[in-house]
Amino acid sequence: MSAEELKTGPLEYRTKEGQMSILGFWIFLGAEVVLFATLFATYAVLFGRTADAPHPGELFEAGTVLIMTFLLLTSSFTCGLAIHEMRRGSVKGLTIWMIITLALGLGFLGFEIYEFVHYAHEGATIQSSAFWSSFFVLAGTHGLHVTLGIGWATLLLIQIARRGLTNVTSRKFFIISLYWHFLDVIWIFILTSVYLIGMVI
Amino acid sequence: MHITDILVTGEPIIYAAMVSIALVSIAILFLLTYFKKWGWLWREWLTTVDHKKIGIMYILSALAMLFRGGMDAMMMRVQLAFPDLGFLDSQHYNEIFTTHGTIMIIFMAMPFLIGLMNIIVPLQIGARDFAFPYVNALSFWSFFFGAMLFNVSFIIGGSPDAGWTSYTPLSGAAMSEGPGQNFYLMGLQLSGIGTLATGINLMVTILKMRAPGMKLFHMPIFTWSTLVTCFIIVFAFPILTVALALLTIDRIFGAQFFTLTGEGLPMMWANLFWMWGHPEVYIVILPAFGIFSEIIATFAKKRLFGYNAMVWSMIIIALLSFLVWVHHFFTMGAGAFVNSVFSVSTMLIAVPTGVKIFNWLATLYKSKIEFSVAMMWALAFIPSFILGGVTGVMLGMAAADYQFHNSYFLVAHFHYVLIAGTVFACFAGLVYWYPKMFGHKMNERIGKWAFWLFFFGFHVCFFPQYFLGLDGMPRRLFITNIVEWLPLNIISTVGAFGMGLGFAVFVFNIYYSFRNSEREETGDSWNGNGRTLEWATTTPIPYYNFATVPYVDEIDPYVRMKEEGKTTYDESKLEPIHMPSYTGAPFIMMAFLALGSFGLIFEWMIVAIAGLIGGVIMMILRSFDYDEGYHVEVDEIKRIERKARGL
Repeated sequence: MSAEELKTGPLEYRTKEGQMSILGFWIFLGAEVVLFATLFATYAVLFGRTADAPHPGELFEAGTVLIMTFLLLTSSFTCGLAIHEMRRGSVKGLTIWMIITLALGLGFLGFEIYEFVHYAHEGATIQSSAFWSSFFVLAGTHGLHVTLGIGWATLLLIQIARRGLTNVTSRKFFIISLYWHFLDVIWIFILTSVYLIGMVI
Repeated sequence: MHITDILVTGEPIIYAAMVSIALVSIAILFLLTYFKKWGWLWREWLTTVDHKKIGIMYILSALAMLFRGGMDAMMMRVQLAFPDLGFLDSQHYNEIFTTHGTIMIIFMAMPFLIGLMNIIVPLQIGARDFAFPYVNALSFWSFFFGAMLFNVSFIIGGSPDAGWTSYTPLSGAAMSEGPGQNFYLMGLQLSGIGTLATGINLMVTILKMRAPGMKLFHMPIFTWSTLVTCFIIVFAFPILTVALALLTIDRIFGAQFFTLTGEGLPMMWANLFWMWGHPEVYIVILPAFGIFSEIIATFAKKRLFGYNAMVWSMIIIALLSFLVWVHHFFTMGAGAFVNSVFSVSTMLIAVPTGVKIFNWLATLYKSKIEFSVAMMWALAFIPSFILGGVTGVMLGMAAADYQFHNSYFLVAHFHYVLIAGTVFACFAGLVYWYPKMFGHKMNERIGKWAFWLFFFGFHVCFFPQYFLGLDGMPRRLFITNIVEWLPLNIISTVGAFGMGLGFAVFVFNIYYSFRNSEREETGDSWNGNGRTLEWATTTPIPYYNFATVPYVDEIDPYVRMKEEGKTTYDESKLEPIHMPSYTGAPFIMMAFLALGSFGLIFEWMIVAIAGLIGGVIMMILRSFDYDEGYHVEVDEIKRIERKARGL
């Protein structure tokens, strides 16, 4: 491990530690892809196995899902803006855009919780059938990731307020931005292969 | 809740085990207190982030687990040799073969190999530590607590009894009540987190921290095997994570993934389990190949034959390992076409494996072989492993598998590959690198005793099982009193005890060598035949590994360095070395998560949530931790190096 620092390039890439952490996180995201792929495969295998519970087509609502999609996709955009501000060296810009990102994420979560409660009222819970088990675990795992992301980013906001932009804080923000965009990508797959297909079939 | 609901009662063997556990625990606590070693234990080991010490802890734990798994094995063999004795009842037998399988694969083979990787890989590539030393400590403690959690099950709550594969619906809540199966799920889940983290950690270490000039195709073959293994870990372990989580949710929260009631699919478990489980086989065999390659090159005193072919065959094996999982359940009704596809892909693996075997033989060809203990394990591996491999091809034929499956033929096959491959490699690697870890060799004469006892015991134990299988003896059965099977079963049991004796001698050798072996003076322990960078460091290794890192642009760089009379040490180039600080946080974080898992196992949700909150608080503290370690100053390095090198 060397402490030498490069003079050029984004702040988070200037130390070897920074480069290694970011590479390590990319590999971790590779593992996350496998994790979600397994959940998607489970969902696909169990599709239609609803037992006595309602069919997905009866419960999925285009309206809620579209709002959720809008919130999350926008949050990915604002997260990009936050990193853009970070690259310009603006702690204030980073903080503001990151807070907006988290607010949008919270909105997304709110709708997801509302949706889950609504389904439960209609008789579709994690226990009611194999299909609904796989639905709640797939969507719920994504939702749990969003929750963790919000908590994690909040911790980072406190750190940047205290320490400003350094190799370490900028690396941490860069990594959480990778994480946040990744959640967006996963959501697009959930939107298409769960909700859109569920509403059509 | 009454105490008998938690503690396992009613069996004399278990009472004996409880008493011995209590006595050993008291003895350990007493010794630590008497010799005032608590502070030392905490400062030097529990809080360490040094990859060498973590590796040693992995290997010590793995040896303990080998003992536990071996005891299970011998109890099974006693039962099968003397079925009328009633040594074990069916329930106890089920629990023992389940824990035997799980412990040997998850808590013995993998940690042993990861321990060797921990110690050796950074040394082989000229690195000073792992990419993420903190995460490395976290990985170790997650494995350790996962293993402990799994191990307490036989006195607290009851062991899992659905086999190490835990097929649903047998392992579901309806048919396996109680905490036993939960121990399996949470123990594996907890240690699985650590394995995944190690995989990422080692990948980054190897990709980013190699000595200057060292290209990927200059790396020692063991490091290559580690890199390929980590690739498998990163892409296979998340599948296990999901499978375990789904079954946990099924069992504890009443979901319907694998149940028969809510249109769930029990067969999905077999698919998920083996989509991880088959690559897992290669997670424990590829590093073994790497170890044997290093040992054979060293003691044949030749460069490894076909280095590039060795690397590519490992990569191909890794890719194929993901494409064969269905061969574990050919007989479960997949249909002729599916079976054919997986039959062909299974047999394809024999091709790159064959390439490796021929390369080892070619390395040995016309070389001057030194028959040290490590080399004997490596040489014994080749024919023994071939016996396992060839029967593997027999099993790979789907049509023939209908005859072999669920018989002792299968049991013999996988013990042949896993013991002759992985266990021999663990012993060989430990003997080979022992002087690097502890500064003295293991006694060669006692080592040979251990080798011959274990080697003969192994063949005597498992060779008859091929014939038992062909004679129709099914596996997983606790009563076998059919007269024709008895003689071979008794022979097999004798062999098992031979292996047990070999292991005991091996462990005794550790103690004996600690007391009596000559201390090492040089780092190049094997008569100056070391070829790779780990032999270029001094013994004992300074905690920063290399004072100055050499420039490397070839395979086996240390051979040339010795010819040219150079060392890795260049006093004129010394600079302060950055090192990470020791920390107790990984230990505490994993202790909390283990507590949470324990709560979940018994469905005590308050304990589960408390443990989880503790773990999350530790993560938050970690997020705010900006400790950047410290620097070792040049004077200090000079002092250490001069002393070690006798300058």
